Amino acid sequence: MDLFTQKKGLALVGLIVGVGLAILAFLGNPSNMALCAACFIRDMAGSLKLHTAAPVQYFRPEIVGLVVGSFLIAVATREYRSTAGSSPMTRFVLGFIMMIGALVFLGCPLRMVIRMAAGDLNAWVGLVGFVLGVATGALFLKRGFSLGREYDTNKAAGAVLPLLLIVGLVISVATTVFVVSETGPGSKHAPWLAALVVALVVGALAQKARICFASGLRNAFLVRDFEMLLPIAGMFVVMVIYNLATGNFKLSFDGQPIAHSQHLWNILGLYAVGLGAVLAGGCPLRQMILAGQGSCDGAVTFLGMLVGAAFAHNFGLAGAAAAAATAETAAVAGGPAFAGQLVLVCGIVVLLVIGAANVRRQKAAASAPAAAKAPALDADEAAPAAN
Amino acid sequence: MIEVDARGLSCPEPMLMATDAVRSSNGEEVRVLVSSATARDNVRNVARKAKREAVVEELGADFAITIK
Repeated sequence: MDLFTQKKGLALVGLIVGVGLAILAFLGNPSNMALCAACFIRDMAGSLKLHTAAPVQYFRPEIVGLVVGSFLIAVATREYRSTAGSSPMTRFVLGFIMMIGALVFLGCPLRMVIRMAAGDLNAWVGLVGFVLGVATGALFLKRGFSLGREYDTNKAAGAVLPLLLIVGLVISVATTVFVVSETGPGSKHAPWLAALVVALVVGALAQKARICFASGLRNAFLVRDFEMLLPIAGMFVVMVIYNLATGNFKLSFDGQPIAHSQHLWNILGLYAVGLGAVLAGGCPLRQMILAGQGSCDGAVTFLGMLVGAAFAHNFGLAGAAAAAATAETAAVAGGPAFAGQLVLVCGIVVLLVIGAANVRRQKAAASAPAAAKAPALDADEAAPAAN
Repeated sequence: MIEVDARGLSCPEPMLMATDAVRSSNGEEVRVLVSSATARDNVRNVARKAKREAVVEELGADFAITIK
């Protein structure tokens, strides 16, 4: 168990998750989209008819696997704890805006890394925005940003999202109620059982190793701690090898699958994701892992992402993928339309307002003894409630 | 002893609160209350980096980490 807190263990977990990603890519998931929290939640929203963008509708077993994998390992290792109450509606908004940002860029931070490992230079440009977003979030944390504490809740509450997803998967596999794309990314997928098994393993590993694409950079900024970057480095290395071996590696801006070269919007899209992730205490993937281990606040963030994805496609906010001209169609530069640009910029403003509005006053003035005294009082008051 | 209650707070708040407390402790003991294994491990890391000893105690579903 200590393995997961040691550098070697974290790097090893990254390598294993990387192999999982390579398997998903090999078995038919969309190009440079072996696993993506944002795209796959978006596909799920489409399959549930929350939006009707025909190419991106499929009930992704990976999403179920990530949440349920985290749930099962947390129960098995006594880390499952049903909690709620840390500014849930604020977290819903954070999830919503993270999803808009991710869909303008076309990928969550995990897909950013997968795209980087395939030589997609647009993703390297996006990384700049992500780093800046995380750095902005770290500044708020330094000033004492907090969404407040969560509390224990009825034990069953934390199991609701995992159970709902399992029911959804059963319906998806056993019936034709949910929509499946006939063309486009939604039509490309690994066989459901393989996708589920890989995602269960990845979800469990992510829970044990606390994998988070925001926390690695955030800790580097805040406390010069680079350990949480190790799992990500492991995944990156495996995916570079996979892409080189399969001829999928191509170092360029143009001709990259499900991507666009609107640099400003790639940067701003991932800026919103980085900032939102630090304010929410974890990237989109991490939110699903937290939801699996019983955090109802994580589950609310997930719902925010699901609704955000529906809005992104119902109102044309998502970035379009670039495409070369064909006999029938003209070339498409891709990127977000004006509506997407406007909503994203407004979303970033909302993130900054959320950041500023939740800075605790006492922290700014904190002299050490005052900081020590106040929580001690709280601890005494709260102690009976905790038992 | 300096007491810090970081129960229920999101990452990385428990770690930051523990770091602040250790920095200002001048060698005094710091006791940090947390409610998740993630926060427990992070606070233990804070102690390790400060080259201080950490003793973990389970309090029901919570943890108390005493940094000596």
